[in-house]
Amino acid sequence: MLGFLQRPVVVTADINLNVVALTALGLLSRLWRLSYPRAVVFDEVYYGQYVSFYMKRLFFLDGSGPPLGHMLLALGGYLGGFDGNFLWNRIGAEYSSNVPVWSLRLLPALAGALSVPMAYQIVWELRFSHCAAMGAALLVLIENALITQARLMLLESVLIFFNLLAMLSYLKLCNSQKHRPFSLSWWFWLTLTGVACSCAVGIKYMGVFTYLLVLGVAAVHAWHLIGDRTLSNVCVLCHLLARAVALLVIPVIMYLLFFYVHLVLLCRSGPHDQIMSSAFQASLEGGLARITQGQPLEVAYGSQVTLRNVFGKPVPCWLHSHQNTYPMIYENGRGSSHQQQVTCYPFKDVNNWWIVKDPGRHQLVVNSPPRPVRHGDIVQLVHGMTTRLLNTHDVAAPLSPHSQEVSCYIDYNISMPAQNLWRLDIVNRESSTEVWKTILSEVRFVHVNTSAILKLSGAHLPDWGFRQLEVVGEKLSPGYHESMVWNVEEHRYGRSQEQKERELELHSPTQMDLSRNLSFMARFSELQWRMLTVRSDDSEHKYSSTPLDWVTLDTNIAYWLHPTTSAQIHLLGNIVIWASASLATVVYVLLLCWYLLRRRRSICDLPEDSWLRWVLAGALCAGGWAVNYLPFFLMEKTLFLYHYLPALTFQILLLPVVLQHISDHLCRSQLQRSLFSALVVAWYSCACHVFNTLRPLTYGDKSLSPGELRALRWKESWDILIRKHQ
Amino acid sequence: MLCATSRFLAATALRAQPRGRGPAPRCRRRELHFPGHPELPLCDFLTGQLGRPSVPAGRRAILRRGRMPPAVGGGLAGSELRVRRGRCGSQAARAVGPDVAVEAAARSHKRPAPGSRHFEAAGRWALLALVTLLSFATRFHRLDEPPHICWDETHFGKMGSYYINRTFFFDVHPPLGKFCASLGSLLVPFAYLTVLELSKSLPAALLTAALLTFDTGCLTLSQYILLDPILMFFIMAAMLSMVKYNSCADRPFSAPWWFWLSLTGINLAGALGVKFVGLFIIVQVGWNTISDLWHLFGDLSLSLVTVGKHLTARILCLIVLPLALYTATYAVHFMVLNKSGPGDGFFSSAFQARLSGNNLHNASIPEHLAYGSVITVKNLRMAIGYLHSHRHLYPEGVGARQQQVTTYLHKDYNNLWIIKKHNTNSDPLDPSFPVEFVRHGDIIRLEHKETSRNLHSHYHEAPLTRKHYQVTGYGINGTGDSNDFWRIEVVNRKFGNRIKVLRSRIRFIHLVTGCVLGSSGKVLPKWGWEQLEVTCTPYLKETLNSIWNVEDHINPKLPNISLDVLQPSFPEILLESHMVMIRGNNGLKPKDNEFTSKPWHWPINYQGLRFSGINDTDFRVYLLGNPVVWWLNLLSIALYLLSGSIIAVAMQRGARLPPEVEGLSQVLLRGGGQLLLGWTLHYFPFFLMGRILYFHHYFPAMLFSSMLTGVLWDTLLRLCAWSLASSSLARGIHAVGIVSLLLGAAYSFYLFHPLAYGMVGPLAQDPRSPMAGLRWLESWDF
Repeated sequence: MLGFLQRPVVVTADINLNVVALTALGLLSRLWRLSYPRAVVFDEVYYGQYVSFYMKRLFFLDGSGPPLGHMLLALGGYLGGFDGNFLWNRIGAEYSSNVPVWSLRLLPALAGALSVPMAYQIVWELRFSHCAAMGAALLVLIENALITQARLMLLESVLIFFNLLAMLSYLKLCNSQKHRPFSLSWWFWLTLTGVACSCAVGIKYMGVFTYLLVLGVAAVHAWHLIGDRTLSNVCVLCHLLARAVALLVIPVIMYLLFFYVHLVLLCRSGPHDQIMSSAFQASLEGGLARITQGQPLEVAYGSQVTLRNVFGKPVPCWLHSHQNTYPMIYENGRGSSHQQQVTCYPFKDVNNWWIVKDPGRHQLVVNSPPRPVRHGDIVQLVHGMTTRLLNTHDVAAPLSPHSQEVSCYIDYNISMPAQNLWRLDIVNRESSTEVWKTILSEVRFVHVNTSAILKLSGAHLPDWGFRQLEVVGEKLSPGYHESMVWNVEEHRYGRSQEQKERELELHSPTQMDLSRNLSFMARFSELQWRMLTVRSDDSEHKYSSTPLDWVTLDTNIAYWLHPTTSAQIHLLGNIVIWASASLATVVYVLLLCWYLLRRRRSICDLPEDSWLRWVLAGALCAGGWAVNYLPFFLMEKTLFLYHYLPALTFQILLLPVVLQHISDHLCRSQLQRSLFSALVVAWYSCACHVFNTLRPLTYGDKSLSPGELRALRWKESWDILIRKHQ
Repeated sequence: MLCATSRFLAATALRAQPRGRGPAPRCRRRELHFPGHPELPLCDFLTGQLGRPSVPAGRRAILRRGRMPPAVGGGLAGSELRVRRGRCGSQAARAVGPDVAVEAAARSHKRPAPGSRHFEAAGRWALLALVTLLSFATRFHRLDEPPHICWDETHFGKMGSYYINRTFFFDVHPPLGKFCASLGSLLVPFAYLTVLELSKSLPAALLTAALLTFDTGCLTLSQYILLDPILMFFIMAAMLSMVKYNSCADRPFSAPWWFWLSLTGINLAGALGVKFVGLFIIVQVGWNTISDLWHLFGDLSLSLVTVGKHLTARILCLIVLPLALYTATYAVHFMVLNKSGPGDGFFSSAFQARLSGNNLHNASIPEHLAYGSVITVKNLRMAIGYLHSHRHLYPEGVGARQQQVTTYLHKDYNNLWIIKKHNTNSDPLDPSFPVEFVRHGDIIRLEHKETSRNLHSHYHEAPLTRKHYQVTGYGINGTGDSNDFWRIEVVNRKFGNRIKVLRSRIRFIHLVTGCVLGSSGKVLPKWGWEQLEVTCTPYLKETLNSIWNVEDHINPKLPNISLDVLQPSFPEILLESHMVMIRGNNGLKPKDNEFTSKPWHWPINYQGLRFSGINDTDFRVYLLGNPVVWWLNLLSIALYLLSGSIIAVAMQRGARLPPEVEGLSQVLLRGGGQLLLGWTLHYFPFFLMGRILYFHHYFPAMLFSSMLTGVLWDTLLRLCAWSLASSSLARGIHAVGIVSLLLGAAYSFYLFHPLAYGMVGPLAQDPRSPMAGLRWLESWDF
């Protein structure tokens, strides 16, 4: 009980000075003059605006990745006391004094700096020598592209950090697995693996590739565990369960947590409200919520409503009509019904108001008590300002000739009867007698006579339709599609009998009661879905490149140019490291194939333990490179050199592994070994020299003369900026 | 059959002892796995039955061992066959007695119980004949209805007529499919034989055959002039021949081995020749071959020379032969279609030179570009077309209101441009001037011949690609401003060289803004007549979009040379037509607001495809899988994954399975694994495809899924029967199970057959319709 009194309390600490020194060097290289340049550099313009939104707590939607990355940057801003007041509009713009540049750039820089000792740890945990581990760390240290990317307010270095952390903690787990499974440190590393994986995914979707790789390796190891007959069934089951919880459940929970924090932080309506559904918008402060607050919940006969299309593509819009009619003859010679146009209009307008009418009665006001409209009821929709009824008939729509035209019916006294009955179909109903609710219910209008469905076709009408969007009756493919689904956004109970009064009423804002509660999961799934489907409009950039350019460093990105001198920052890699890392990958793959074939014929060149080490190092490093690189060939989005950096980091880790392998197993004599070491030292000094030469472009601290800049243009395809008049 | 048994043994031995060399431990292992009849001298038995006298015993044994055949006969099935053939001891008969009874019962409703080997073989053939006959009967029943064109028949029928007229056309699918007629009926016997080979079990094969015969979807698809039945025919034929050659693996280089191997290759060529979906079966065969070779390579008793022979044989039969056939199809395609037609503009200038009727065919034009030449300029990117302008202005709000410049895929006099010097407007064709050639790096002006406007660009954003500059036609009668000046450059050539017609790859660089003339490939709206946008791109990347070549060239002052030297070689034609096809295929993109079929819809039979007829008065055919069959398939995949992983984990944990279970699990893991791989390969890639997808794309995968269902239920029922072996109930379980599945499939076909054979009358929403109760999902609209 009191044993600790009898023995002295002793703390022994092993401090690996290598790691300390590497950390210090990493910090030095990444943090040195961090707040220079005091100007917006490249994609900072993009991330910066989101930081501002976080500071002001405005809701935004960004399709580039999950929110963790943005939130980390915003954390830097928060710690630095940033108020969010900066106009992020132009690369190169000078930061005003209220922007805490240093703290905004601090987190990525720290992540970049810590990647250096982590590279050391990983190679060490892969059971290679200290020398190889030092090599890996020193290579990461002097890789210009990694330094550039880490010193700015960008996310790649953070992603790389979590990728490496996931790998390191998994390796630690593997190594403690043999001796002390289920010990405290075992649990710690296992959980950390899951957490690091989820953070990597949370920063960029790209992190998924590393996560899948870790999962794959873990699955193989688990399969071996199952085959291990020295373990009892219960023990195996515990192992599997622990892994499943740590590597599957924890990441999912963490991912949800990121979104939870994101949604809690962004509680005010912001610039991208329109893309979200009405229900989502209503859950934000200000914006739609201000309008819909106090609306009646249940739509009744006589309700005045605006109807928003749920699909919202190409733009979010509301069902609309106006006095103008369809032209008698279209440009291509087809005829129309010449009735009043019905369109979808992307702006709030008094012409977006419709009145829900009971076909059996004439009145356009709500009874008291209100008679709610239910699923399956037949309704008519009266356009508020023109009091014409929504109608469709067997006439081809103006731009989609396979669908029916939708119009507001005008009786021309020709043999074209009104067909204005619509059956209400609530899509997200829970029971068959559910009441039509404002904002919450997603409804389809099925035409009673022709069973066509009211649909937004997505085409823009020509000038006669004021470039509004075409609305049609879809008859051919009645499969479920969101473009056929509508929801009530603004809603009030109509009180005015007279048309004049009613028009006044339509112009006045709505005021009544509505309880709104959208669960977190509903908001999360909507936000996630919109983030995945939101489309970036333009897909060309001066510095975009293809994956093939990356391996040979055929491209660079000019990040920043000093407004007056020719000091500039480029994303440009250390070409020696770049080339030798690619070479090392090729050597690794060739050697692996050779060994595999030989082993198949029962010729074992390597002792079993070094073979296993070699395979594991390859699976993680070469595999990490492959999973982070090859998928880009399938992607259609605009790609940049910095997308290659995570893959490059793994490739750099592989480099010392291959070198040590060559020295240990392929150099036959001591002489060869010494020669090889000498070569490696020469090669590393070469890499250092390149680092030093490219340093002005990495830090942007020195203005070079045009001649010096021209001398740095080692490849035709590198775009180094040279001022014409200086 | 026996050969399969031996392979099973070989495989189990391999699994149990991968590095064993001597025959003795192998025999021991075999006995281990057959404790039901342990005293059976299996090694001797096998060598006696199967070994060829010419092969030394040791090598023979290893030959069999060193493979991982996907088709592994179950110990149960194998032994039971031995019983029927009367070759086994009574112990074996006792061990497997119940199962024989089970199987006999399962078969009894189809054919009489066999008495002797003769009867047995005859019965087997009769069963196959019955399956084939039933399949043909269902497929040919009411084949001539409806008498009008259905769905894609418009498309493929039209192409058929093109072949007849020898007009060149362009299609997104390779050509073979259009030569053939309906082969859908043969799918059923093929599936039957494949499953029989994989599982060695007649009930499994019968179940598969029934599922496919009674599937309304397969039936409908087979009845029309479409590519899919032909594609599926080749896929199934390739699968069957692959399975067959796997079972010949113990007799390498024998005649049947060669036959099946080369037949696999031929079918692969066929599958790829019909549609690119054929690639998936190639992947499957490739995977099978690689794992096969890997095992051969790991077999230390085989010399490297033998392995080399194996490798060469496979390269010959599975790579060289299909490639040759595939190329031959194209050779025929190009030979037959040697006339100019509507598809010309999709192809490069050189390609067109070989089409008779095209103006480049047998043409002779001046070789070097000179000032005053009238030319057409074609974009090097396939399917972009010619630089074009016409007397229409860009509409208001779209850049400057000047004359449109577009690219146009068809030949037209509006594609003609005149090359002029930038600084003079004198007519260079005046005979008093000497001929002056255009050289790389010259500053020129391009004047549109019809409207006499200059090609012009300026700092206005392009109509669709906002980051590029607008290109217009500007000036009156050739007089414009300095924004009409372009520097002409030949890619990868030195300055000062002349510019060759057709061969030089040229770029036009705008002098004032420094941008490059290119086409974005985007389709302009109505105002631009849906031609493609031309822009001036400030990004100087070298992409094909901004590289052009001169196609037509008219200059009376220059001597003509024949273009025949330009005729591309066959490989070039082949490559080019593939590039165009791939682009065409990727171009079939769905629009945002359209309902399209999604891959996840397919296995759940979410929605069918209307083949013909919409209204209640029409004769309607609706492509929809038989829901009973499809949902059974879906269930089976889930069950398979479950049972497969249970068995795999049990084996990995080293559980000692009883021999019957061991045999059955081998069938399940290996045979079923092949089929599951087939299903995966033919289904999941569709999730990655950006083009428009249709329900019928799932059918190749559905074939594999049905075969898997057959194997799975047969195996599961046998396992069930085995676990209940003590009770009297067990005997019937397998038989009852199979029969009820067969009857279920047949009855559901009886219910749903109007989908395929056509329905008239009210739609199914209407309670008066005969199909009223059958609209089980709201998304089905028949």
